[in-house]
Formats: sequence, C-alpha cells, structure tokens
Amino acid sequence: MNQLRSNFRWLAVAAVAGLLGVVACTPNRPARQAVKDDLQRKRASDFALKDAGGKVVHLADYKGKVVLLDFWATWCEPCGIELPWFIEFERKYKDRGFEVLGVSMDDDGWKVISPFVNAKKINYRVLLGDDKTGDEYGGIEALPTTFVIDRAGRIASVHVGLAGKKDFENAIEQLLDAPHGEAPHGESPSAALRDNSRRSD
Amino acid sequence: MAKAPVLLFATILAAQISPTLTVGNVPTVHAAKGSTAVVTLHAVLPPGFHANSNTPSDAYLIPLSLKWTGGPLEAGEIVYPKAANEKYSFSDKPLSVVTGEFTITTKFKVPANSTQGPASENGVVKYQACNDRMCFAPKTVNVSVTIAIQ
Repeated sequence: MNQLRSNFRWLAVAAVAGLLGVVACTPNRPARQAVKDDLQRKRASDFALKDAGGKVVHLADYKGKVVLLDFWATWCEPCGIELPWFIEFERKYKDRGFEVLGVSMDDDGWKVISPFVNAKKINYRVLLGDDKTGDEYGGIEALPTTFVIDRAGRIASVHVGLAGKKDFENAIEQLLDAPHGEAPHGESPSAALRDNSRRSD
Repeated sequence: MAKAPVLLFATILAAQISPTLTVGNVPTVHAAKGSTAVVTLHAVLPPGFHANSNTPSDAYLIPLSLKWTGGPLEAGEIVYPKAANEKYSFSDKPLSVVTGEFTITTKFKVPANSTQGPASENGVVKYQACNDRMCFAPKTVNVSVTIAIQ
C-alpha cells in the first residue's frame, strides 16, 4: 500500500513537472495574423467558370477587388454555417471593393445548386466548379476551402474546413484598408495552400 | 521536443485527408433454389469521421446507398445500419449518421428455376463523409459477392 502511495506521489510530481515544462517551453504565441505578409503571397490562378446564367467568369475580372473565393457544395454541412457570414460580408463590404465568389463542387450541377442558392438567399455570385480549377487551387480535398485574395490577385489567406467568422472579417478588413499595390510574380496557389492550410487551425 | 510539432502536423494532415470506407470481402453465400440468400457487407469508417445514413437529416445531404448493378439474381430488401443522431459543432440540429463499423444486408431472391452453381453479384456502395470541421466529396466502393446456388 505504501509502495502504491509512493508510486502515485511520483506520478503526480512527474505530471506537474511535465506540465510546467511544457508551459515553460512554449514560446509566447503572437496574435494570429489575419493575412500573410505582402511578399509571401502567391498569385491566385485565373479560372474560367460559368455562373447560373451561363456567363463565363474569370477571377481576373475581379482584379482590384478583395475576393473571398469559397469552394463549397450543397451537401457540405459545415459550408452551410459559413454561407450566412458570406452573405453578410457581401452586403457589408461590397461598396468598398469586395466580392464573394462561391465555387460549387456539386457533381449534379445547377439542378441542385440553383434551388439551394434560392432557398438560402445567397446574394453573391456562384460558379460551377470543376476538377481542373480544384487542382489549380491545391486539389480541394475538403470543403469548405476558402481563399481570401487581395486586390492584386494574390492569396492572402486560406482556410481549410470550417473557420471563424472573425478570422474572415479581420482578413477582409485588413485587405480593404491596405494601400493598393502591384503584385510581384508569385508561385501557384497549390504552394500557397500547402503553406497556408493550417492558418485556420 | 521536436516530435511534438511533427505529430501535431501529422494529426492535422490526417484530419484533412479524405477518409475511405473499407468494405470487407464477403465469403461465398450458399443458398438453395427457391430460397433467399442473405448477403451482409461489413464496412468500417475511420475514427473521427461520419457518413450520412441512408435517410439523412436534410434533403441536400447525400445518403449512404448500396446499389446492386449486375448479376443474375434480383436484389430484394436492403437493410441499412441503424442511424445515430449526432450533434456536431457545425450543425444546429443532430444529423442522422453512421460511424465506425456497420453492416448493410441485402436479401437476394433465388428463384426455383435458377441455374445451379455460382452467381456473381456486383454492387456499389456510395457514401459521403465528414469530420467535425469539413466534408469530403462523395465516394463509391465496388463490392462483389458470390452466391453458390444449390
């Protein structure tokens, strides 16, 4: 019994010491950046995707604007949590040079997307995605995957999976407030996704 | 100390890799002419993931399904696993899902005038999986079973 008590005491001491060690070794975490530093941003691939009216839309059409590019699907429940935020952002920031673009990855196309868009009262442009575009943006294994793109067409942040509303708001506001500048040549968004996919964690 | 970030990275990465439903091989099922052959598929989803049940909570969600696409016998009733109503952080209401290990059972009618011998039946299981933060594209798994008609 005494041996047991002694073992328990050692275990408790070790646990406390371990905890203190972890705390002591953990560097002070800086406040998370809403967007990547200017020079670290990669250029977002241009695409040619159709909207519900059949009009071909290019990302390049939005140069000069801050764009929230959301890869989503009607069958994706976590995507549904973010939709009302994006509807709000579109309304709140549109006049300041901001647009949301939703890229639906639904295999069944507009027959499922259009009723969903109407039911959810989505007020921003929705495009039908394809594998080629998904590949150009890093493969898009998981939905939602959301890119926030600066006025120069560069990826400023990436969120894989459900992210926080405030994270998006901070990124959008920071990019809208930034002075307009020309983009240096950057790498592909695939590289950006690899670099950034932990940003929302 | 260097192992911790590596482990964390590996865990995060694993959570973002599309999960695969594993369906075990089905041993040959023996059935007499004029009877019913019961075929049970044993399936496993990796921990931390769920798939919609065959009766999802929302019309937009993709149900778990099994379709027999080829073979001489007619598939009758398909019994899906009992769904669990689970609440996730991304949903206001509980979702009808399956997790972990489960079975799907099919009853094949074996007509009295069937040819004696092996009958090969092929099917496709379709599922759409998510974890508590993200969802993955619908996938299919091909399945096959031999029914030995006696």
